[in-house]
Amino acid sequence: MVTVLDANAELRQRAWDAAASVVDPEIPVLTIADLGVLRDVVLDGDRVDVAITPTYSGCPAMNLIALEIELALERAGFRHPKVRTVLSPAWTTDWMSEDGRSKLRAYGIAPPQASGSRRALFGEQTVACPQCGSDKTELLSEFGSTSCKGLWRCKTCREPFDYFKCH
Amino acid sequence: MSCANIQVSETPLVLYALRRADDALILGHRLSEWCGHAPILEEDMALSNIALDLIGQARELYGYAAKSEGRDNDEDKLAYLRDVRQYRNLLLVEQPNGDFAHTMVRQFFYSAFADLYWRQMMSSRDATLAAIAAKSEKESAYHLRHASEWIIRLGDGTDESHRRAQAAIDHLWAFTGEMFAVDDGERALIHAGVAIDPGILRGRWLRTLSDVIDEATLSLPQNDWMQQGGRAGRHSEHLGHLLSELQSMQRTFPGLTW
Repeated sequence: MVTVLDANAELRQRAWDAAASVVDPEIPVLTIADLGVLRDVVLDGDRVDVAITPTYSGCPAMNLIALEIELALERAGFRHPKVRTVLSPAWTTDWMSEDGRSKLRAYGIAPPQASGSRRALFGEQTVACPQCGSDKTELLSEFGSTSCKGLWRCKTCREPFDYFKCH
Repeated sequence: MSCANIQVSETPLVLYALRRADDALILGHRLSEWCGHAPILEEDMALSNIALDLIGQARELYGYAAKSEGRDNDEDKLAYLRDVRQYRNLLLVEQPNGDFAHTMVRQFFYSAFADLYWRQMMSSRDATLAAIAAKSEKESAYHLRHASEWIIRLGDGTDESHRRAQAAIDHLWAFTGEMFAVDDGERALIHAGVAIDPGILRGRWLRTLSDVIDEATLSLPQNDWMQQGGRAGRHSEHLGHLLSELQSMQRTFPGLTW
C-alpha cells in the first residue's frame, strides 16, 4: 500500500515537473510555475489533468501555454493530458515566485511592485530601473508590448524598459 | 456551422451574460479599429491591449451564456451568427470611434462604470459571474486610469483638443443612462443576488466623472434626457456596419477556422 502511494506521489511529481517546465512564450525566462499560472496537477489512472489560471482575460499566450503543457506531458510519457482553465481565485502578481522576480530583473524587465495600487487613479508608484537600479524613472505608457507590461524610462541611464504591472 | 442566424433562448440569466458579453465584444472591436491608426505608437499598443482585455472578457461571458442556455450554441456562434436585432449591447459602445476625443470619452464613460460594476459583481452569488468579475475588475482599473489621463490631457490641452473633448462629452452623454437601466428579468436576478443593482453605482460613477472632468476644465451636460434601446436589440445604424465586418468571414465561409 505504502509503495503504491509513493509511486503515485512520484508519478504526480513527474507530471508536475513536466508541466512546470513550460515557459511563457513572451517572457521565456519565466516558467509557468514562476508566474503562478500553474495551479494544480491531478492524476487519475493514466490521465493527467492540469489546471492553469489566465493572467489577463485576453492574454493570447494562454492557448500556446496549454498546448505546450500537453506536449511536455506527452514527452514525459503521460498519455491523455488535459489542460483546463480555472478563473477563481483570480491570478495575481503576488503569486510570482521570488526566483521569478529575480529572473525578470536579470532579463531587463522590472518585476511587479507589491506596493503599487491599481486603484490610485494617477500613479505615484516608484519602479526601479532593472538596468542601473535608479529610482528616477517615468511612465511612458500604461500598456506595453504585452498585456501584462507597461513601458517606462529611466531618467538616470536613459534606457527605456518594460515593467511587469501589478495585477 | 451554417451561416444562418442562430436562435438563442434568452432566459434572464442567458440574457444577462449576453448583454455584458456584447458590451465587451463591441467596444473591444471598436478599439481594435484603431490598430495601426492611433496618433502615436504607444497609444496604438494601449488601445489594442485594452481591446484584447475586453474581447477576453467577452469570451468568458459568451462561454457562460452558452453553457447556461444548454443548447448547442458556443462563444463563436454567439459572436458571429446573431444579427443586429439579436445583439444586446449598450448603444454607447457601438458609437463610431470618431476623432480621438470621441474614442476616449466613450472609453472613459464605460470604464468608469465597468470598474465599479465588476468590483460590485465580485460578490454575486453566481460563482462564474463572480469569478469573471474578479478578473475583469483588475483590468478595468487600468482602462479607467488610461482614459482619465487622456480626458485631462485633451481637456486641459490646446483650445482645439478642449473643443473636441467637450463636443464628444456633449454628443455621447445621452447614451450613458442605459448603463443604469434595469428590466424585469434583471430585477429578479438582482433580487436573487446573482446580479447587482446598477442604480446604486450611479452616485459614485458621477463622482469619478466630475473629479476627472473638473480637472480637465471640461463640463458635464445638464441635459438628462437619455437614449435607450440597445439592451432590447434596438440599435443605431452603426452596429450593422460593425457586424458586417466582424462577421464577414463566418458568414462567407461557414465554419471557417484559422
